[in-house]
Amino acid sequence: MKPNHIFFSRETKERIIKRFFLFCAFISVGVLALILFSLFHGGMPLFETVNIKSFLLGMEWYPTFEPPEFGIFPLIIGSLIVTTISTCIAVPLSILLAVFTAEVAPDYLKNTVKVIIELLAGLPSVVLGFFGMVVIAPILQDSFNLPSGLNIINASLILSIMVVPTIASLSDDALRAVPKEYKEASYALGATRFETIAFVIIPGALSGIFTAIILGMARAIGETMVVLMVAGGAGAIPESIFDSVRPMPASIAAEMGEAPRNGLHYHALFAIGMVLFFITLAFNIVADYVSRRFKEGGSSSL
Amino acid sequence: MISANKHGFTLSKWRYLKQDIFLVSVWFSALLLAGIVIAIFGYIIINGIGAINWEFLTTPPREMMTKGGIMPAIVGTFYLTCGALLVALPLGVAAAIYLAEYAKDGSVVRFIRIMINCLAGVPSVVFGLFGLGFFVIFLGFGSSILAGSLTLGCIILPTIISASEEAIKSVPQTFREASLALGISKWQTIQKIVLPVALSGIMTGSVLSVGRAAGETAPIMFTAATFFTTQLPESIFDEVMALPYHIYVLATAGTYIEETRPLQYGAVLVLISLIFMINIGAILLRIYSRKNKRW
Repeated sequence: MKPNHIFFSRETKERIIKRFFLFCAFISVGVLALILFSLFHGGMPLFETVNIKSFLLGMEWYPTFEPPEFGIFPLIIGSLIVTTISTCIAVPLSILLAVFTAEVAPDYLKNTVKVIIELLAGLPSVVLGFFGMVVIAPILQDSFNLPSGLNIINASLILSIMVVPTIASLSDDALRAVPKEYKEASYALGATRFETIAFVIIPGALSGIFTAIILGMARAIGETMVVLMVAGGAGAIPESIFDSVRPMPASIAAEMGEAPRNGLHYHALFAIGMVLFFITLAFNIVADYVSRRFKEGGSSSL
Repeated sequence: MISANKHGFTLSKWRYLKQDIFLVSVWFSALLLAGIVIAIFGYIIINGIGAINWEFLTTPPREMMTKGGIMPAIVGTFYLTCGALLVALPLGVAAAIYLAEYAKDGSVVRFIRIMINCLAGVPSVVFGLFGLGFFVIFLGFGSSILAGSLTLGCIILPTIISASEEAIKSVPQTFREASLALGISKWQTIQKIVLPVALSGIMTGSVLSVGRAAGETAPIMFTAATFFTTQLPESIFDEVMALPYHIYVLATAGTYIEETRPLQYGAVLVLISLIFMINIGAILLRIYSRKNKRW
């Protein structure tokens, strides 16, 4: 039998093609490595002049002063506060929504609500930030008599609207994955619908819901445009929820345009990027771990 | 006995009351969500519709951006998203082919999957830093369509991989077996059988990711977008205006924030209509492919 190709046998050709696809699959790994490389390359020079402890725990962020101060503790606090408050607002709403789409809603409404959630998920963050600026800010300003409506509570509200689709749709998947037998057994024992949902289905989906919440928080902490537009931008530790803050992504986005290339300020912004990258990475790894470790079995694991 | 009955009666009443409260709050959450979405879209449509006219869509900004249209921004967003798709679609589909057709469960594949998940979780502003550090400075592309497209392409890569993998995996196994039984090689099977069948699924996922790329702001701020230009880009090494960045700039910077409000609403409306149309396209594609499914 003659080989049907002049240069390679069919087997060799197949093997080359397989290698090629493996290479393409590794490109994501390569991109991630390049991201790490760029962050370190841009951020590490800062630590020749500023030590890591005073960078992470320093209370003063005055990058353009003479001498400049590069303490990002207020920025980290800003990020954590808006993330925490927005999660506290988004979680109850998202779980109730997930219960609605997975258990309660009649069929014709189920899909409508899912489409609405997808619509919300498709809204660009700059649009939500704009909405926060022109609608929420004046309302807050008037009703609480504030000098400015761009503050923690505004950013948290808008961020919570952003993460609701993430948490709700992932929790919906988790609730649906609970075996039907659990529900049937619960009803058979005379439990009400509330008792079945609250004490059987939600506990059964808990790890999935937990994963959803962590991924939602990771999204909130890395979100840039919303906090850039509505958080106000003050680089100090806030005293109330009506104070303005400057979360890490906002700092990077706002200052990168003005920071002279390869100056200390530029390196400091990359260093903030490193901190942000590792925080979100940690969130993602925890989410991944939880969803693997506590994967609910089906009825076979009973 | 009577007291026990009485007790049991009140207890069950309380149980059903709790159920009612719970169900009311569940329904309320759905209504609240619908209210929020209607409020946002309604507000933008009502305020933005007045700004939309032919001139707004087809002319560049004039008089310190207080008048005129947003045409360069629309064109720029179009170039950037098409560029991102050109970068990410071939790579993403190829990676998905490996994961769905060739990969056997093992540590290498597990590693690749974890890395793809991590990539999907990287914040967009960090992608912006990466684009700036690597494409703009290290590779010397400057702030350009090329650098912006590559950055956006990296962002949508994980989405395209997972959508394509799902589409490829949903092709019935019997198709492959029939093809392989005829003595056709694996690559030809993928090329002639699997990919054509999976195509609509791959397209749906890609179109949705294009919608995401069109709305991203932070990644293009340092890699492609410019504050203002009246000229359309002539090569992929030119800077462009982009809709999301234009909205951000008009809403936050400059001395004419209040005067340009109508332009801002108009630009926001154009952006969300664009994304809405892209998403509708994806949904129609999904419906169409389901209807033509004959197995």
